Formats: sequence, structure tokens, C-alpha cells
Amino acid sequence: MTPEVPYTTVAEQAVLIPPSPEDTQRAPKKPRRARRAEHSVLFDSPGPKTKRVIAIGNVVGVLLVAWAIYAIGAKLAEPSLIAKKGQLDWELWKINFESDTWTEFYLPGLWNTIKAAVVAIFGAVVFGLLFGVGRLAQLKPVRWFSDVIVEFFRAVPVLLMMIFLWTFLGSMQFPEPSFWAVVIALTVYNGSVVAELVRAGVQNLPNGQHEAADAIGLTRIQALVNVLVPQALLAMLPAIIAQLVVALKDSALGVAISYFDLLRAAQVRGTPYNALQTLTVAAVVFIVINYLLGRSGEWLAGRMKGRTSRLDDKFAQEIPINVSALSASAMLEPVDQDGYNEQNLRAEPGWLDDDMFESKKP
Amino acid sequence: METLTQYWEFVTQKKPDGTLLYDVLGAFWVNIQLTLWAGAVAMVLGTIILAMRISPIVSLRAVATFFTNIFRDIPLTVVMLIMWLVIWTQLGVSFGGKMSTDFYILAIIGLGLYHASFIAEALRSGVNTVPLGQAEAARAIGLTFMQSARMIVLPQAFRGAIAPIGNTIIALIKNTTVASVMGVATETSAVMSGMIETGANFVLLIFLTFAIGYVLIVIPVGMFFTWASRILAVKR
Repeated sequence: MTPEVPYTTVAEQAVLIPPSPEDTQRAPKKPRRARRAEHSVLFDSPGPKTKRVIAIGNVVGVLLVAWAIYAIGAKLAEPSLIAKKGQLDWELWKINFESDTWTEFYLPGLWNTIKAAVVAIFGAVVFGLLFGVGRLAQLKPVRWFSDVIVEFFRAVPVLLMMIFLWTFLGSMQFPEPSFWAVVIALTVYNGSVVAELVRAGVQNLPNGQHEAADAIGLTRIQALVNVLVPQALLAMLPAIIAQLVVALKDSALGVAISYFDLLRAAQVRGTPYNALQTLTVAAVVFIVINYLLGRSGEWLAGRMKGRTSRLDDKFAQEIPINVSALSASAMLEPVDQDGYNEQNLRAEPGWLDDDMFESKKP
Repeated sequence: METLTQYWEFVTQKKPDGTLLYDVLGAFWVNIQLTLWAGAVAMVLGTIILAMRISPIVSLRAVATFFTNIFRDIPLTVVMLIMWLVIWTQLGVSFGGKMSTDFYILAIIGLGLYHASFIAEALRSGVNTVPLGQAEAARAIGLTFMQSARMIVLPQAFRGAIAPIGNTIIALIKNTTVASVMGVATETSAVMSGMIETGANFVLLIFLTFAIGYVLIVIPVGMFFTWASRILAVKR
């Protein structure tokens, strides 16, 4: 590849010879499928026979999916008793393309959804920090109190809290009772999950952090506030974004207490004959927002690799928290005190098609 | 104290036919039943999705990934409203018999579909805990695919998946309250709303009754799963 240049040292060659296009390009990646095959714990790399079986399976799979889509489509296109028209009829879908539907229903509804979720997540972080630190406090009464609060709000269904708060705030002549019921219910629930993350994050920091804080004479509270919690918080940031997704999803529960969120808007607009059409829009909007948020959480988790000591995977699994927060903490890799990734050290490849936990790949 | 006695009278009111007006324990029993049914649906579906998700067949994997991504990001309330307003009302899907039976079955289907994706993810994280060396060793001693899956990989995977499955089950227990959105009128959140409407003096007590009921269900279940996952964890 490199032309012969006589009587030059290697260093000189480097100056003399312009880099070839091959050098500047990245090393060719293995095809995705090949990487998958060698990383699967259950499956060997396929031989010619297995490859044939896989190809046949693929064709059958595609046919099955196509058939399912066709069957559902055909079923929807049939006129039903109530609507007298097929569900795919333009007359029914037209509603989603009227400007009123957006300016009067979807957009205000979406704004209310986002408003409730964002206010709640800020509240949740404050609540979580307060009670997370409370659970680590040295004073026993403080610890017990925080324990009881956190365990209680984590165990009670959010919907029950919303219904209670709605009635309660309403009877107290509180302004906008349904908005505040949604926000407070989401705050205390997500806050207690965050409190658990704070506690787990702090307990899971390397001992050296704690010892160093002791050594320079910080009190316990000073150590928590100045050394331990900030690190735990940084490590938790992706999990907090995951919690925002949870809050967004749970804000839809506001329907039960007639909070005018996106779902409620779609429900009202779709009554009585267009529910399928309007709820589809609401569902798609929710899915897109949550998917993008989830992705940005993963991206953040990838960016923050090695910035701090992290929540241990194993430890995070033991906290009985909401599943979405769990999947977020599963994205965090254990990194030991010197910044080495434990998984790299053990040389365990992140086999399997890990689309969701992209950052987990070495 | 007087309030408590009054509250007790309120809770134990009877209908003319002698049955309880507000059947609080019965409401919790409905939620537990919903949890068991929906949990069974979610387990079966979730296992199928997992099998598709880790199979070498690309099209199946794509379908399973699509399904999990959709149901992970859609709010449960939307699923339940779709079940009620779209599947039942607009499309007229019915299982014969009474309206309440339809609502009950559709609520189970909605809850099952929603939690299936979380079960699949939990199982997948369990499979992820099995080191590659285990499967390689199994092959090295001559086990076939089925043998290594049955005896080596899957047992370890299930043991590794207990903690996340426990989390999903706990979420399911609490999420069964959303069945009221689907029209199941006998479960806790619906009964609680009914009680709050008539017993305006006891709003806090009514809420506490139901909340403590959930604490008493959820915390032991959580402790059981934590214990089980610790006992059954594969030491590595």
C-alpha cells in the first residue's frame, strides 16, 4: 500500500507520505448481523443449513405479519353497526385534519400534559432529595419518618391519590383542583422513586468518597450535601429523564378526574363516533414524545460515561421501583473507583440485540 | 374517636338486602383477581415476545421490538380508553353475556398487553445476566441447542429475572386500579370514588383505608420478590 521511499526514517515517512484515503476512513465495521450472531448466548453462528432455515423462517414471518396487517385492515374497513361506515373511511379520519381539532383540543391538551409532567418532575426531584437524604440521616426519627413516607407513597396507586386529592382540594376551594391533584400525586409518587435512587446512588458510591469527606473533617450532612449527593445526582440524571417519561405517562390518569390533558382532549373530541381516530393521534403523540425522551436519556447515559461513580446495576435491580426507572438504571454501567468499567474488565460482551440499552455495549 | 365510630358505621352500611353497601374487601379481591389474570396473560405474551426478540429470525425480532417499544411508551390509561371507547364501543367487540363481563375481560386484555412488554424486558435482562462462557461450555461438552437452553441458559436467566419481574408485578398490582377507566366498577378506585362522593366528611379516612390496603399488599409482595431474588441469585 505505502510506496517505497528509500533512506527515510519512519517519522520522516509519516511526514512525506500523505495519508491515504484508507487511513482516514474508519476501520470497516463488521456487518450487524455477523456481530449479532457471534454475540448470542443461545445461538451458535449459523451454518449453511441453519442459514437456510432462518431464511425460510424470515419469509414465513414476513408473510404472517403481512397477513395480520391485512386482516386487521380488512376488519376495520368493514362497516360496523354503530358507525355505519368502515373505520378507515375518510369521513371519520377527517376530524384529525380540521384546524379546530388541533387548536381547541390536541394542542391545549398536550400543553396541559407537558405542564403537569414537568412541574411534577421538578417537585419530584426536590421531594426525592429531601427524603433521600432523610433516609440517610443519622437521627433515627428523621430516618424512620422518611422511610415511612417513601414506602407509603411508593405503594399507593397514583390514581387513588389523584381521586383523593381532587376531592380534597375541591372541597377546600383550591383553584384548579384537577391540575394540582395530578401534579401533587405525580410529585409524591415519582419523588419517592427519586428518593430511592438518591439513597441507592449515595450508598453505592465507592467508600473512598465517604472516607475522604470524613478525613477533611466534613460533618455527615456536609459530606452528603457537598460530596455524595451531587455525584449521585449526576449519575441519576438519565434515570430522572426516565422518570419524566413515567410522569408523562401517568399524567394521562388525569382523565379520571377530568383534567383536560391530551388524552381527555382526544376523548372529548372523538365522542361519539371518532374515538378510534382521535385516540390514535393521542397515542402516537405520547409514543413519539416518550420514545424521544427515552432516547435522549440513553444518549445522556452514554455521554456521562466515566464522569462519576455510578449506580451499580445489581443494586439498582434490587430497588423495587417503577419498571421504567429500572430500565434506565440498567443503562448505567458499574464503574469502579478508578473509572474502569467492570464489564470491560470481565470482558463480557454485551451480546444480544441490545437496541434499547445501546449504551451498554462495550 | 367519635369520627372513627361514625366512619365505621359509614363503611359497614348495609343495603336493604343485607349485603354491604361498600364492599371494600371485595374490591381489593377484584384487584387481586385482575392482577392474577392479567399477570398470567402478560407472562405468556411476554415469554413469546422474548422468544421472538432473541431469535435469529430478523422479521420476528423486528415485530417483537416494535411491540415492546410501542407498549413501553404508551400510557396505560390510553390503552384502557382504547379498549373501552374503540374496541368495545366503536368496534362492538363483545364476549357475549353481560356488559360487566365484557369490561372485565377487556380490562384484563389491556393490562396483559401493556405489562407483557415489561415482562419481556425483564426476562431479557435475565438472559443478559448469563455469561457467554456458560453457553460455550455447554456446547463444548456436546449439549445440543435444546439441551443447553433447557438446562444451562434458561434456568440461570429466570433466576436472574426475578427482581425485575417482581417490579413488574408490583406495578401491575397498582395499575389494576386503572381498570375503572375501562368501566370495571367493582374495583378499588371505582369503589373509593363512590364512597368519597357520599361520605364527604370522611374523605381522608376513606383514602387512608384504601391506601393502607395497598401498602399491606404491595410491601409484602415486594419483600417476597427481594427475598426470592436474593435466595435464587446465581453466585458469580
